[in-house]
Amino acid sequence: MLAGEYGRAVEYAMRIQAGVGRVFGAKRMVPITRAHVALSAQDADLWFVEKLVGLGGKCKIPPTVNPSINLAYLNKHLVEIPKAGVDIVSATNAAYRKIGAVLSFSCTPYLQQNVPSFGEVIAFSESSATPYVNSVFGARSNRESSQSALCAAITGLVPEYGLLLDENRLAEVLVEVKADIRTDFDYQLLGWCYPLKHPGPEVPAFVGIEERPTPEGFMNFGAELNTSGSVAMYHFVGITPEAPDLAAAFGGKAPRHRVTITKDDIEDVRRRICGAPGKIDFAMFGCPHLTIRQVGDIARIAEGKRFAVDVWILTSSLTRELADRMGYLDTITRAGGHIITDTCIDVPPCWYPYYGKSAVTDSPKCAYYNEIRKIAFKIRPLEKAIEAALVGEVRE
Amino acid sequence: MSGSCSFACSPISGGRCSGPALISDEAVCFYLVEPETGVVVEKGHALEGRSMEGTILVAHAGKGSSVVQMDGLFKITKHGKGPVGVVLRNPDPVFVSALLIMEIPSVYAVEESFFETLKDGQTIELDADAGVLRLLSR
Repeated sequence: MLAGEYGRAVEYAMRIQAGVGRVFGAKRMVPITRAHVALSAQDADLWFVEKLVGLGGKCKIPPTVNPSINLAYLNKHLVEIPKAGVDIVSATNAAYRKIGAVLSFSCTPYLQQNVPSFGEVIAFSESSATPYVNSVFGARSNRESSQSALCAAITGLVPEYGLLLDENRLAEVLVEVKADIRTDFDYQLLGWCYPLKHPGPEVPAFVGIEERPTPEGFMNFGAELNTSGSVAMYHFVGITPEAPDLAAAFGGKAPRHRVTITKDDIEDVRRRICGAPGKIDFAMFGCPHLTIRQVGDIARIAEGKRFAVDVWILTSSLTRELADRMGYLDTITRAGGHIITDTCIDVPPCWYPYYGKSAVTDSPKCAYYNEIRKIAFKIRPLEKAIEAALVGEVRE
Repeated sequence: MSGSCSFACSPISGGRCSGPALISDEAVCFYLVEPETGVVVEKGHALEGRSMEGTILVAHAGKGSSVVQMDGLFKITKHGKGPVGVVLRNPDPVFVSALLIMEIPSVYAVEESFFETLKDGQTIELDADAGVLRLLSR
Protein backbone atom coordinates (compact mmCIF):
# COMPACT_ATOMS: atom_id res chain seq x y z
CA MET A 1 0.00 0.00 0.00
CA LEU A 2 2.91 2.31 0.79
CA ALA A 3 4.27 1.61 -2.66
CA GLY A 4 1.22 3.16 -4.26
CA GLU A 5 -0.22 0.07 -5.92
CA TYR A 6 -3.68 0.86 -4.42
CA GLY A 7 -3.60 4.50 -5.53
CA ARG A 8 -2.24 7.75 -4.17
CA ALA A 9 -4.87 8.30 -1.47
CA VAL A 10 -4.23 4.87 0.06
CA GLU A 11 -0.47 5.49 -0.14
CA TYR A 12 -0.81 8.87 1.60
CA ALA A 13 -3.23 7.60 4.29
CA MET A 14 -1.02 4.58 4.94
CA ARG A 15 2.05 6.80 5.32
CA ILE A 16 0.33 8.72 8.13
CA GLN A 17 -0.95 5.54 9.78
CA ALA A 18 2.48 3.91 9.53
CA GLY A 19 3.96 6.98 11.24
CA VAL A 20 1.47 6.73 14.09
CA GLY A 21 2.07 2.99 14.34
CA ARG A 22 5.84 3.49 14.52
CA VAL A 23 5.55 6.00 17.38
CA PHE A 24 3.32 3.66 19.40
CA GLY A 25 5.26 0.49 18.68
CA ALA A 26 2.72 -1.26 16.43
CA LYS A 27 4.11 -4.45 14.88
CA ARG A 28 1.52 -4.73 12.12
CA MET A 29 -1.62 -3.30 10.55
CA VAL A 30 -4.94 -5.06 11.22
CA PRO A 31 -8.30 -4.78 9.40
CA ILE A 32 -11.21 -2.74 10.77
CA THR A 33 -14.91 -3.36 10.25
CA ARG A 34 -16.22 0.12 11.19
CA ALA A 35 -15.11 3.73 11.35
CA HIS A 36 -16.53 6.99 12.63
CA VAL A 37 -15.03 10.36 11.65
CA ALA A 38 -15.47 13.46 13.78
CA LEU A 39 -16.35 15.72 10.86
CA SER A 40 -16.28 19.32 12.10
CA ALA A 41 -16.58 21.55 9.01
CA GLN A 42 -13.65 23.56 10.30
CA ASP A 43 -10.64 24.60 8.20
CA ALA A 44 -8.38 21.60 8.80
CA ASP A 45 -11.24 19.15 8.35
CA LEU A 46 -12.14 20.50 4.91
CA TRP A 47 -8.50 20.80 3.82
CA PHE A 48 -7.73 17.18 4.73
CA VAL A 49 -10.82 15.52 3.25
CA GLU A 50 -10.42 17.55 0.05
CA LYS A 51 -6.76 16.52 -0.12
CA LEU A 52 -7.77 12.84 0.03
CA VAL A 53 -10.54 13.37 -2.53
CA GLY A 54 -8.00 15.12 -4.76
CA LEU A 55 -5.77 12.03 -4.53
CA GLY A 56 -8.68 9.89 -5.70
CA GLY A 57 -9.59 8.63 -2.22
CA LYS A 58 -12.62 6.40 -1.66
CA CYS A 59 -13.49 4.87 1.70
CA LYS A 60 -13.04 1.12 1.87
CA ILE A 61 -15.00 1.16 5.13
CA PRO A 62 -17.67 3.89 4.80
CA PRO A 63 -17.48 5.85 8.06
CA THR A 64 -20.39 7.55 9.82
CA VAL A 65 -19.67 11.22 10.53
CA ASN A 66 -20.25 13.85 13.20
CA PRO A 67 -22.77 16.68 12.85
CA SER A 68 -21.95 20.12 11.49
CA ILE A 69 -24.68 22.66 10.69
CA ASN A 70 -28.22 22.22 9.39
CA LEU A 71 -28.03 25.33 7.22
CA ALA A 72 -31.61 25.23 5.95
CA TYR A 73 -33.17 24.91 9.41
CA LEU A 74 -31.10 27.63 11.03
CA ASN A 75 -31.63 30.00 8.10
CA LYS A 76 -35.35 29.53 8.48
CA HIS A 77 -35.63 29.60 12.26
CA LEU A 78 -32.70 31.51 13.75
CA VAL A 79 -30.49 33.64 11.53
CA GLU A 80 -29.00 33.83 8.06
CA ILE A 81 -25.73 31.93 8.23
CA PRO A 82 -22.83 34.09 6.93
CA LYS A 83 -21.52 33.14 3.47
CA ALA A 84 -18.18 31.89 4.82
CA GLY A 85 -20.09 29.44 7.03
CA VAL A 86 -22.37 28.30 4.20
CA ASP A 87 -19.37 27.78 1.92
CA ILE A 88 -17.31 25.69 4.32
CA VAL A 89 -20.25 23.51 5.41
CA SER A 90 -21.38 22.90 1.82
CA ALA A 91 -17.86 22.09 0.64
CA THR A 92 -17.24 19.77 3.59
CA ASN A 93 -20.47 17.86 3.03
CA ALA A 94 -19.73 17.53 -0.69
CA ALA A 95 -16.22 16.21 -0.04
CA TYR A 96 -17.41 13.63 2.50
CA ARG A 97 -20.14 12.48 0.11
CA LYS A 98 -17.57 12.12 -2.64
CA ILE A 99 -15.16 10.13 -0.50
CA GLY A 100 -17.93 7.69 0.36
CA ALA A 101 -18.82 8.55 3.96
CA VAL A 102 -22.25 7.79 5.41
CA LEU A 103 -23.69 11.26 6.01
CA SER A 104 -25.25 10.41 9.38
CA PHE A 105 -24.27 13.75 10.98
CA SER A 106 -24.61 12.33 14.48
CA CYS A 107 -22.18 12.25 17.38
CA THR A 108 -23.81 9.14 18.90
CA PRO A 109 -23.17 6.58 16.15
CA TYR A 110 -22.82 3.91 18.83
CA LEU A 111 -26.57 4.18 19.58
CA GLN A 112 -27.77 4.21 15.95
CA GLN A 113 -26.24 3.48 12.55
CA ASN A 114 -22.79 2.25 13.58
CA VAL A 115 -23.05 -0.07 16.57
CA PRO A 116 -20.06 -2.39 17.08
CA SER A 117 -20.02 -5.77 18.79
CA PHE A 118 -17.75 -7.19 21.45
CA GLY A 119 -14.18 -7.59 20.26
CA GLU A 120 -14.68 -5.80 16.94
CA VAL A 121 -11.61 -3.79 15.84
CA ILE A 122 -12.75 -0.32 14.73
CA ALA A 123 -11.48 3.24 14.24
CA PHE A 124 -13.68 5.76 16.05
CA SER A 125 -12.82 9.39 16.53
CA GLU A 126 -15.13 11.72 18.51
CA SER A 127 -13.85 11.78 22.05
CA SER A 128 -17.21 10.84 23.61
CA ALA A 129 -17.73 7.89 21.26
CA THR A 130 -14.38 6.19 21.85
CA PRO A 131 -14.98 5.41 25.56
CA TYR A 132 -18.50 4.15 24.81
CA VAL A 133 -17.45 1.62 22.17
CA ASN A 134 -14.49 0.39 24.22
CA SER A 135 -16.08 0.33 27.65
CA VAL A 136 -19.77 -0.41 27.17
CA PHE A 137 -19.50 -2.75 24.16
CA GLY A 138 -15.98 -4.13 24.49
CA ALA A 139 -15.18 -3.16 20.91
CA ARG A 140 -11.57 -2.05 20.29
CA SER A 141 -10.63 1.43 19.15
CA ASN A 142 -7.79 3.76 19.97
CA ARG A 143 -8.54 7.43 20.51
CA GLU A 144 -8.33 8.35 16.84
CA SER A 145 -8.20 11.91 15.59
CA SER A 146 -10.76 12.73 12.93
CA GLN A 147 -7.94 12.59 10.35
CA SER A 148 -6.47 9.27 11.50
CA ALA A 149 -9.98 7.74 11.53
CA LEU A 150 -10.52 8.94 7.95
CA CYS A 151 -7.17 7.39 6.97
CA ALA A 152 -8.37 4.11 8.50
CA ALA A 153 -11.61 4.33 6.53
CA ILE A 154 -9.55 4.76 3.34
CA THR A 155 -7.13 1.89 3.95
CA GLY A 156 -9.49 -0.36 5.91
CA LEU A 157 -6.68 -0.94 8.40
CA VAL A 158 -5.30 0.42 11.66
CA PRO A 159 -1.90 0.05 13.32
CA GLU A 160 -2.15 -2.50 16.11
CA TYR A 161 -1.22 -0.79 19.40
CA GLY A 162 -2.79 0.57 22.57
CA LEU A 163 -6.38 -0.49 23.24
CA LEU A 164 -6.30 -3.03 20.41
CA LEU A 165 -4.10 -5.25 22.61
CA ASP A 166 -5.47 -7.27 25.57
CA GLU A 167 -2.85 -6.13 28.06
CA ASN A 168 -3.57 -2.43 27.54
CA ARG A 169 -7.29 -2.85 28.28
CA LEU A 170 -6.69 -3.91 31.86
CA ALA A 171 -7.41 -1.43 34.63
CA GLU A 172 -4.58 0.18 36.56
CA VAL A 173 -6.59 2.63 38.68
CA LEU A 174 -9.15 1.46 41.24
CA VAL A 175 -11.81 4.12 41.73
CA GLU A 176 -14.06 3.70 44.76
CA VAL A 177 -17.26 5.68 44.31
CA LYS A 178 -18.61 6.63 47.72
CA ALA A 179 -21.32 8.90 46.38
CA ASP A 180 -24.86 8.05 45.35
CA ILE A 181 -24.65 7.92 41.55
CA ARG A 182 -27.99 7.04 39.95
CA THR A 183 -29.41 9.59 37.53
CA ASP A 184 -28.15 10.44 34.06
CA PHE A 185 -27.09 13.82 35.43
CA ASP A 186 -25.08 12.19 38.23
CA TYR A 187 -22.95 10.64 35.47
CA GLN A 188 -22.22 14.09 34.01
CA LEU A 189 -20.74 15.11 37.36
CA LEU A 190 -18.92 11.82 38.00
CA GLY A 191 -17.42 11.95 34.49
CA TRP A 192 -16.20 15.49 35.04
CA CYS A 193 -14.88 14.64 38.50
CA TYR A 194 -12.70 11.59 37.82
CA PRO A 195 -9.97 13.19 35.65
CA LEU A 196 -9.58 15.94 38.24
CA LYS A 197 -8.85 13.30 40.87
CA HIS A 198 -6.54 11.28 38.60
CA PRO A 199 -5.34 12.99 35.41
CA GLY A 200 -3.22 10.06 34.18
CA PRO A 201 -3.88 8.07 30.99
CA GLU A 202 -4.34 4.67 32.69
CA VAL A 203 -7.59 2.67 32.37
CA PRO A 204 -9.73 3.13 35.52
CA ALA A 205 -12.10 0.56 37.06
CA PHE A 206 -14.99 1.95 39.11
CA VAL A 207 -16.56 0.13 42.05
CA GLY A 208 -19.50 1.29 44.14
CA ILE A 209 -21.88 1.89 41.22
CA GLU A 210 -25.01 0.08 42.39
CA GLU A 211 -27.27 0.12 39.35
CA ARG A 212 -26.46 -0.29 35.68
CA PRO A 213 -26.48 3.17 34.07
CA THR A 214 -28.91 3.88 31.24
CA PRO A 215 -27.43 4.29 27.74
CA GLU A 216 -27.75 8.03 28.34
CA GLY A 217 -25.87 7.71 31.64
CA PHE A 218 -22.98 5.95 29.88
CA MET A 219 -23.14 8.54 27.08
CA ASN A 220 -22.92 11.45 29.51
CA PHE A 221 -20.15 9.79 31.49
CA GLY A 222 -17.87 9.27 28.46
CA ALA A 223 -18.49 12.77 27.12
CA GLU A 224 -17.47 14.43 30.38
CA LEU A 225 -14.48 12.12 31.00
CA ASN A 226 -13.11 13.48 27.74
CA THR A 227 -13.92 17.12 28.40
CA SER A 228 -12.22 17.55 31.75
CA GLY A 229 -9.69 14.84 30.81
CA SER A 230 -8.82 12.18 28.27
CA VAL A 231 -10.04 8.66 29.04
CA ALA A 232 -10.52 6.29 26.10
CA MET A 233 -11.65 3.31 28.19
CA TYR A 234 -12.97 2.51 31.67
CA HIS A 235 -14.60 -0.40 33.48
CA PHE A 236 -17.60 -0.52 35.84
CA VAL A 237 -16.90 -3.65 37.84
CA GLY A 238 -19.82 -6.09 37.62
CA ILE A 239 -21.44 -4.06 34.84
CA THR A 240 -19.24 -3.54 31.75
CA PRO A 241 -18.32 -6.64 29.72
CA GLU A 242 -14.57 -6.83 30.33
CA ALA A 243 -14.93 -6.41 34.10
CA PRO A 244 -17.23 -9.12 35.48
CA ASP A 245 -15.18 -8.86 38.68
CA LEU A 246 -12.12 -7.06 40.07
CA ALA A 247 -9.71 -9.83 39.10
CA ALA A 248 -10.83 -9.68 35.47
CA ALA A 249 -10.67 -5.88 35.40
CA PHE A 250 -7.09 -5.81 36.69
CA GLY A 251 -5.90 -9.04 35.06
CA GLY A 252 -5.24 -10.52 38.49
CA LYS A 253 -2.77 -7.75 39.39
CA ALA A 254 -2.99 -5.19 42.17
CA PRO A 255 -4.14 -1.67 41.27
CA ARG A 256 -1.23 0.72 40.72
CA HIS A 257 -3.30 3.70 41.84
CA ARG A 258 -6.30 4.13 44.14
CA VAL A 259 -8.78 6.98 43.97
CA THR A 260 -11.84 7.64 46.12
CA ILE A 261 -14.68 9.83 44.91
CA THR A 262 -16.91 11.06 47.72
CA LYS A 263 -20.19 12.91 47.87
CA ASP A 264 -18.16 16.02 48.71
CA ASP A 265 -16.10 15.63 45.52
CA ILE A 266 -19.30 15.48 43.45
CA GLU A 267 -20.75 18.49 45.29
CA ASP A 268 -17.50 20.33 44.72
CA VAL A 269 -17.81 19.79 40.94
CA ARG A 270 -21.44 20.89 41.08
CA ARG A 271 -20.49 24.10 42.90
CA ARG A 272 -17.63 24.88 40.55
CA ILE A 273 -19.21 24.27 37.14
CA CYS A 274 -23.02 24.40 37.41
CA GLY A 275 -23.52 28.16 37.91
CA ALA A 276 -25.81 30.18 40.18
CA PRO A 277 -29.58 30.58 39.69
CA GLY A 278 -30.66 33.48 37.51
CA LYS A 279 -32.33 34.62 34.29
CA ILE A 280 -31.56 32.83 31.02
CA ASP A 281 -31.79 33.91 27.36
CA PHE A 282 -32.05 30.45 25.79
CA ALA A 283 -31.70 26.72 26.41
CA MET A 284 -29.61 24.18 24.52
CA PHE A 285 -29.58 20.37 24.73
CA GLY A 286 -27.87 17.66 22.76
CA CYS A 287 -24.18 17.49 23.57
CA PRO A 288 -24.00 14.58 22.87
CA HIS A 289 -27.17 14.37 20.71
CA LEU A 290 -30.27 13.55 22.76
CA THR A 291 -31.91 10.14 22.51
CA ILE A 292 -35.61 9.49 21.88
CA ARG A 293 -36.16 8.85 25.59
CA GLN A 294 -34.72 12.25 26.48
CA VAL A 295 -36.80 13.96 23.79
CA GLY A 296 -39.86 12.18 25.23
CA ASP A 297 -39.00 13.40 28.73
CA ILE A 298 -38.84 16.96 27.43
CA ALA A 299 -42.18 16.59 25.61
CA ARG A 300 -43.90 15.32 28.76
CA ILE A 301 -42.76 18.34 30.77
CA ALA A 302 -43.56 20.83 28.00
CA GLU A 303 -46.98 19.33 27.10
CA GLY A 304 -49.57 22.11 26.83
CA LYS A 305 -47.10 24.79 27.94
CA ARG A 306 -45.08 27.50 26.25
CA PHE A 307 -41.33 28.09 26.56
CA ALA A 308 -40.29 31.54 27.76
CA VAL A 309 -36.98 31.41 25.85
CA ASP A 310 -35.59 29.80 22.68
CA VAL A 311 -35.12 26.07 23.18
CA TRP A 312 -32.79 24.07 20.93
CA ILE A 313 -32.82 20.27 21.04
CA LEU A 314 -30.02 18.79 18.93
CA THR A 315 -30.39 15.21 17.78
CA SER A 316 -29.96 12.83 14.85
CA SER A 317 -32.28 12.78 11.84
CA LEU A 318 -33.47 9.32 12.89
CA THR A 319 -34.40 10.46 16.39
CA ARG A 320 -36.24 13.50 15.03
CA GLU A 321 -38.18 11.22 12.70
CA LEU A 322 -39.12 9.03 15.68
CA ALA A 323 -40.08 12.12 17.68
CA ASP A 324 -42.37 13.13 14.83
CA ARG A 325 -44.05 9.71 14.74
CA MET A 326 -44.53 9.70 18.49
CA GLY A 327 -46.02 13.19 18.71
CA TYR A 328 -43.09 14.65 20.66
CA LEU A 329 -42.11 16.93 17.79
CA ASP A 330 -45.59 18.47 17.67
CA THR A 331 -45.68 18.93 21.44
CA ILE A 332 -42.27 20.61 21.50
CA THR A 333 -42.97 22.73 18.43
CA ARG A 334 -46.29 23.93 19.93
CA ALA A 335 -44.38 24.90 23.06
CA GLY A 336 -42.11 27.01 20.84
CA GLY A 337 -39.08 24.71 20.95
CA HIS A 338 -36.91 23.40 18.11
CA ILE A 339 -35.68 19.91 17.36
CA ILE A 340 -32.79 20.36 14.95
CA THR A 341 -30.89 17.57 13.19
CA ASP A 342 -27.32 17.27 11.91
CA THR A 343 -26.01 20.14 14.05
CA CYS A 344 -23.37 20.50 16.75
CA ILE A 345 -23.26 22.98 19.64
CA ASP A 346 -19.62 23.68 18.76
CA VAL A 347 -19.64 24.57 15.08
CA PRO A 348 -18.94 28.24 14.56
CA PRO A 349 -20.55 30.44 13.38
CA CYS A 350 -24.08 29.06 13.48
CA TRP A 351 -24.97 30.09 17.02
CA TYR A 352 -23.57 33.63 16.89
CA PRO A 353 -26.83 35.43 17.85
CA TYR A 354 -26.35 33.87 21.29
CA TYR A 355 -22.73 34.90 21.84
CA GLY A 356 -22.41 36.79 25.13
CA LYS A 357 -25.81 35.55 26.42
CA SER A 358 -26.74 33.36 29.35
CA ALA A 359 -28.37 29.97 28.96
CA VAL A 360 -29.19 26.63 30.52
CA THR A 361 -28.07 23.15 29.43
CA ASP A 362 -27.79 19.68 30.96
CA SER A 363 -24.30 19.20 29.52
CA PRO A 364 -21.02 20.38 31.08
CA LYS A 365 -19.32 19.69 27.73
CA CYS A 366 -21.71 22.08 25.97
CA ALA A 367 -20.95 24.72 28.61
CA TYR A 368 -17.17 24.25 28.42
CA TYR A 369 -16.79 24.47 24.63
CA ASN A 370 -18.92 27.60 24.52
CA GLU A 371 -16.82 29.52 27.02
CA ILE A 372 -14.72 30.88 24.14
CA ARG A 373 -17.93 32.39 22.69
CA LYS A 374 -18.73 34.05 26.02
CA ILE A 375 -21.96 32.11 26.43
CA ALA A 376 -22.53 31.61 30.17
CA PHE A 377 -24.29 28.28 30.62
CA LYS A 378 -25.92 27.19 33.84
CA ILE A 379 -25.89 23.41 34.07
CA ARG A 380 -28.87 21.53 35.51
CA PRO A 381 -30.46 18.07 35.17
CA LEU A 382 -32.50 17.86 31.95
CA GLU A 383 -35.90 18.07 33.65
CA LYS A 384 -34.85 21.08 35.79
CA ALA A 385 -33.37 22.79 32.75
CA ILE A 386 -36.64 22.33 30.81
CA GLU A 387 -38.59 23.78 33.74
CA ALA A 388 -36.20 26.75 33.69
CA ALA A 389 -36.80 27.24 29.96
CA LEU A 390 -40.57 27.38 30.64
CA VAL A 391 -40.13 30.31 33.05
CA GLY A 392 -37.00 31.96 31.60
CA GLU A 393 -35.09 31.52 34.78
CA VAL A 394 -33.06 28.93 36.68
CA ARG A 395 -34.67 29.22 40.10
CA GLU A 396 -32.53 26.85 42.14
CA MET B 1 32.01 31.12 21.31
CA SER B 2 29.90 28.11 20.64
CA GLY B 3 29.66 24.58 21.90
CA SER B 4 27.04 21.91 21.54
CA CYS B 5 25.78 18.71 23.04
CA SER B 6 23.68 16.05 21.33
CA PHE B 7 20.81 13.88 22.46
CA ALA B 8 19.32 10.81 20.79
CA CYS B 9 15.62 10.76 19.92
CA SER B 10 13.18 9.08 17.52
CA PRO B 11 11.38 10.76 14.64
CA ILE B 12 7.64 11.46 14.49
CA SER B 13 7.63 13.45 11.23
CA GLY B 14 10.92 13.81 9.34
CA GLY B 15 12.93 16.91 8.49
CA ARG B 16 15.42 19.31 10.02
CA CYS B 17 15.03 22.72 11.61
CA SER B 18 16.43 24.99 14.27
CA GLY B 19 15.02 27.64 16.56
CA PRO B 20 14.72 28.79 20.14
CA ALA B 21 13.19 26.36 22.64
CA LEU B 22 9.69 27.16 23.87
CA ILE B 23 9.18 24.89 26.86
CA SER B 24 5.73 23.90 28.09
CA ASP B 25 5.73 21.76 31.22
CA GLU B 26 1.99 21.32 30.84
CA ALA B 27 -0.13 19.91 28.02
CA VAL B 28 -0.63 22.08 24.94
CA CYS B 29 -3.91 22.65 23.05
CA PHE B 30 -3.39 24.42 19.69
CA TYR B 31 -7.05 25.46 19.56
CA LEU B 32 -6.31 27.96 22.32
CA VAL B 33 -3.57 29.68 20.30
CA GLU B 34 -4.49 32.77 18.28
CA PRO B 35 -4.04 31.76 14.61
CA GLU B 36 -3.03 35.23 13.36
CA THR B 37 -0.25 35.73 15.91
CA GLY B 38 0.69 32.28 17.22
CA VAL B 39 0.21 33.61 20.76
CA VAL B 40 -1.14 31.23 23.42
CA VAL B 41 -4.39 32.67 24.77
CA GLU B 42 -5.38 29.88 27.17
CA LYS B 43 -6.03 31.45 30.56
CA GLY B 44 -3.56 30.38 33.22
CA HIS B 45 -1.45 28.26 30.83
CA ALA B 46 2.31 28.21 31.38
CA LEU B 47 2.73 29.70 27.87
CA GLU B 48 -0.09 32.27 28.09
CA GLY B 49 0.88 35.41 26.18
CA ARG B 50 3.89 33.81 24.43
CA SER B 51 4.18 33.24 20.68
CA MET B 52 4.95 29.87 19.10
CA GLU B 53 6.20 31.47 15.87
CA GLY B 54 9.55 30.12 14.70
CA THR B 55 10.15 28.16 17.92
CA ILE B 56 10.88 24.56 18.62
CA LEU B 57 8.03 23.69 20.92
CA VAL B 58 9.08 21.33 23.70
CA ALA B 59 5.71 20.04 24.90
CA HIS B 60 5.06 17.85 27.92
CA ALA B 61 1.96 16.45 26.15
CA GLY B 62 -1.03 17.40 24.07
CA LYS B 63 -4.67 17.85 25.06
CA GLY B 64 -7.97 18.62 23.36
CA SER B 65 -10.66 16.71 21.50
CA SER B 66 -10.12 14.64 18.37
CA VAL B 67 -10.93 17.72 16.26
CA VAL B 68 -9.55 20.83 17.93
CA GLN B 69 -5.86 19.90 18.19
CA MET B 70 -5.45 19.39 14.44
CA ASP B 71 -7.59 22.40 13.55
CA GLY B 72 -5.55 24.67 15.82
CA LEU B 73 -2.19 23.45 14.49
CA PHE B 74 -3.45 23.77 10.90
CA LYS B 75 -4.55 27.37 11.41
CA ILE B 76 -1.35 28.65 13.04
CA THR B 77 0.78 26.81 10.47
CA LYS B 78 -1.25 28.29 7.60
CA HIS B 79 -0.60 31.76 9.01
CA GLY B 80 3.11 30.97 9.34
CA LYS B 81 2.88 31.51 13.10
CA GLY B 82 3.43 27.96 14.26
CA PRO B 83 6.46 26.21 15.72
CA VAL B 84 9.08 25.10 13.16
CA GLY B 85 9.66 21.89 15.09
CA VAL B 86 8.23 19.93 18.03
CA VAL B 87 9.77 17.81 20.76
CA LEU B 88 6.91 15.77 22.27
CA ARG B 89 7.62 14.17 25.62
CA ASN B 90 4.41 12.11 26.02
CA PRO B 91 2.97 11.26 22.58
CA ASP B 92 -0.76 10.71 22.09
CA PRO B 93 -2.36 9.58 18.81
CA VAL B 94 -4.15 12.88 18.18
CA PHE B 95 -1.02 15.06 18.54
CA VAL B 96 1.15 12.59 16.61
CA SER B 97 -1.21 12.33 13.64
CA ALA B 98 -1.51 16.14 13.51
CA LEU B 99 2.30 16.47 13.32
CA LEU B 100 2.49 13.82 10.59
CA ILE B 101 -0.26 15.44 8.54
CA MET B 102 1.19 18.96 8.88
CA GLU B 103 4.68 17.51 8.17
CA ILE B 104 6.28 19.41 11.03
CA PRO B 105 9.75 18.05 11.89
CA SER B 106 9.21 16.42 15.26
CA VAL B 107 10.66 13.86 17.65
CA TYR B 108 9.82 11.81 20.75
CA ALA B 109 11.62 9.29 22.97
CA VAL B 110 14.29 11.85 23.79
CA GLU B 111 17.08 11.08 26.27
CA GLU B 112 15.87 12.24 29.69
CA SER B 113 18.99 14.39 30.24
CA PHE B 114 17.85 16.66 27.39
CA PHE B 115 15.00 17.99 29.52
CA GLU B 116 17.32 18.58 32.48
CA THR B 117 19.88 20.44 30.36
CA LEU B 118 17.54 22.50 28.19
CA LYS B 119 16.83 26.13 29.07
CA ASP B 120 13.90 28.13 27.71
CA GLY B 121 14.96 30.13 24.66
CA GLN B 122 18.11 28.09 24.05
CA THR B 123 18.74 27.32 20.37
CA ILE B 124 17.91 23.75 19.37
CA GLU B 125 18.93 22.03 16.15
CA LEU B 126 16.41 19.29 15.46
CA ASP B 127 17.27 16.57 12.95
CA ALA B 128 14.33 14.18 12.89
CA ASP B 129 15.80 12.16 10.00
CA ALA B 130 18.96 11.34 11.95
CA GLY B 131 17.18 11.18 15.32
CA VAL B 132 19.37 13.84 16.94
CA LEU B 133 18.71 16.98 18.97
CA ARG B 134 21.61 19.40 19.42
CA LEU B 135 21.71 22.18 21.98
CA LEU B 136 23.83 25.17 21.09
CA SER B 137 25.30 27.26 23.86
CA ARG B 138 25.92 30.91 23.25
